[in-house]
Amino acid sequence: MSSWFDRLNEGLSKSRQRLAGSLNQLVGRGADVDDSFWEELEETLIAADLGVEAATDIVERLHLESDARSIPSADLIIARLQDMIAEEFETAGDPFQFSPVTVLMVGINGTGKTTSVGKLAKQAVEQHKKIILGSADTFRAAASEQLDVWAERANVEVVRKDRGADPASVAFDTVARAEEVGADIALIDTAGRLHTSLDLMHELEKVQRVTRDRSKAPTFTVLVMDATTGQNGLVQAREFDKHLAIDALILTKLDGTAKGGIAVAISRELKVPIVRIGVGEGIDDLRPFDPHEFAKALVGIDV
Amino acid sequence: MFDNLSDRLQSIFSGLNAKGTLNETDVDAAMRQIRLALLEADVNYKVVKEFVARIREQAVGADVMRSLTPGQMVVKIVLNELTALLGDTQSKLVLSNRVPNVVMMVGLQGSGKTTATAKLAYMMRKKGKHPLMIACDVYRPAAIDQLEALGRELDIPVFRGEGDDPVKIARDGVRYALDNMLDFAIVDTAGRLHVDEPMMQEAQNIRNAVKPDQILMVVDSMTGQDAVNVAEMFAKRLDFDGVIMSKLDGDARGGAALSIREVTGKPIKFASMGEKPDTFEEFHPDRMAKRILGMGDVISLIEKASETAFEEEFSEDDAKRFEKGKFTFDDFLTSIKQMRKLGGIGAVVNMLPGGSQLKDLEGKVDDKAIGRTEAIVYSMTKRERSNPKIINGQRRARIAAGSGVTVTDVNRLIKQFSETQKMMKQMQNSKGKGKRKGRNGMFPKGLF
Repeated sequence: MSSWFDRLNEGLSKSRQRLAGSLNQLVGRGADVDDSFWEELEETLIAADLGVEAATDIVERLHLESDARSIPSADLIIARLQDMIAEEFETAGDPFQFSPVTVLMVGINGTGKTTSVGKLAKQAVEQHKKIILGSADTFRAAASEQLDVWAERANVEVVRKDRGADPASVAFDTVARAEEVGADIALIDTAGRLHTSLDLMHELEKVQRVTRDRSKAPTFTVLVMDATTGQNGLVQAREFDKHLAIDALILTKLDGTAKGGIAVAISRELKVPIVRIGVGEGIDDLRPFDPHEFAKALVGIDV
Repeated sequence: MFDNLSDRLQSIFSGLNAKGTLNETDVDAAMRQIRLALLEADVNYKVVKEFVARIREQAVGADVMRSLTPGQMVVKIVLNELTALLGDTQSKLVLSNRVPNVVMMVGLQGSGKTTATAKLAYMMRKKGKHPLMIACDVYRPAAIDQLEALGRELDIPVFRGEGDDPVKIARDGVRYALDNMLDFAIVDTAGRLHVDEPMMQEAQNIRNAVKPDQILMVVDSMTGQDAVNVAEMFAKRLDFDGVIMSKLDGDARGGAALSIREVTGKPIKFASMGEKPDTFEEFHPDRMAKRILGMGDVISLIEKASETAFEEEFSEDDAKRFEKGKFTFDDFLTSIKQMRKLGGIGAVVNMLPGGSQLKDLEGKVDDKAIGRTEAIVYSMTKRERSNPKIINGQRRARIAAGSGVTVTDVNRLIKQFSETQKMMKQMQNSKGKGKRKGRNGMFPKGLF
């Protein structure tokens, strides 16, 4: 357990340093909790991409609670803040705990869907699970080749068709192949698309419909989101959820300086669990999500 | 979630006319709204703070209170200031006289470098250059294949070197361009994290090896508060010359553009908005300012429409035909296709100012309904489309079966269609008499 927490910490260390820097100043004030303390707390959360609405709401509730219970010092207030952030996350509902299971990976362009599929494949193999990959990104140049490389690394089979083929048919064949070989997981990669592109969203609806109809195993749809995404992330999640009813979220690229605070806003509104976070380039850097560790690492102070 | 800043300010200042003076409370309320709008657009909170302070000064000093519409006045101040900050003029590529010109693309993973590389090459070829794309992303699986596939599609040469040293590939690529009389080399590099020391060093090495005329940083328009950290670090290490904002075809406000401009002083040079090669244009600060404030992008819509229309445009002859009421189902399909190219009704509505409030239209006039209508027309024979009068009961039943709708749906479409024809005739008739009846677009109400 300690190893993944280390990695998470490592991945989030930059965010920790930045946030901790500003929060430590706040803590340093001791009992001197004045208006500007609350203002700066709100700004810190906004800087972490939580968005004005979520940041204001959390800070207001914290403020009320702190007054009511007369929380004596800044560090205790911040400890409570960590809990409050952690409480915003759903925890139940990891699709990968089921077997057999069919999982569709969706998201906008460049969030790391294919890379995540590759890493999940490797992890499944390590857990002695049988996994079949489907390359339903028949649009982007060389997307299948990219998945092929990952599949080779993990030594798993990929179902693919030529570029331009109907992605739904790839999904169909993937599920069929998974059933044929008795796979635990059928994991289907789809082409990145903007949530504003209605035609492509309808295409994805069809892929999901066909997959669900064909699959005897439960089918989950996982949205992959880049942690550097700002407030548009909420709009994205909302739209994907409207079209596909998202079951879970994977948050990638947390190894930079981005804090991924948009995940808090998304969890508040859509109540979908975050099931994995990406904290590095390595194949083992796609990690399970722990709300408390995440909140702690995000706020950045051990209290 | 996003309302138009203009509307918000209007509501704050409404009732102000009666008072005639602008007090501190009004100004505070207005500044709060401006702050909120900018934060929701992902402008960095520090940049917002400074910006709002400046606007406040101007708003207090200006004749806001004497203006009849103080809301509009403040919006104007905000818009002007924002436009000025984003760059007063369009910043173009600055190229030297040497052959080949070299442009190096850098950015985070997934920001859209490879797509932007292809688009820039396509644009430069249109301008008479002979581009070469150099594939230096040796890390992401199949990244080089991706660039090669794009090169094949656009018929633009791609240099894929030997080995896995991006510095050598870049250098060899530039030499290849020279040897093959290609005068514009674009170096597509791997995505890298700004905090990844070895990778940033590698980017510096590539720069030193090929000495690019310009280094362009590709930034995802959806980037949040972190944009400043990323851009600052890239600026420090690579001193890039300009920014390409990518994925602007989405509905992100793109506040990162302002943050980067403010923090690094680097100009935004290009706007990239889609997967097609020609969706790449020079950056317009005024449009970006409006976009950040959520004030719509009518100009882009008009441009998109005029660019889109080229393929299946109606000719003069067609127009004359329509005026005689001879509008066929084939023409109808063409107009649906045109709307599709603009991104569907949803996209068109989104680009209009206050478009977000028109979201109620969804469900009433949605693209799905248009798709169904289209399916009905596609189930007609060529003869039926050009001469709808021949569509009798038997044909209607066949069309309904073919398109998976009921005969009632087919009947409704044909009825509405003949109304369209009548309407067009009326327009023609009224024209000569100098009174034009209101034309509610191409389609009568309730067609969808």
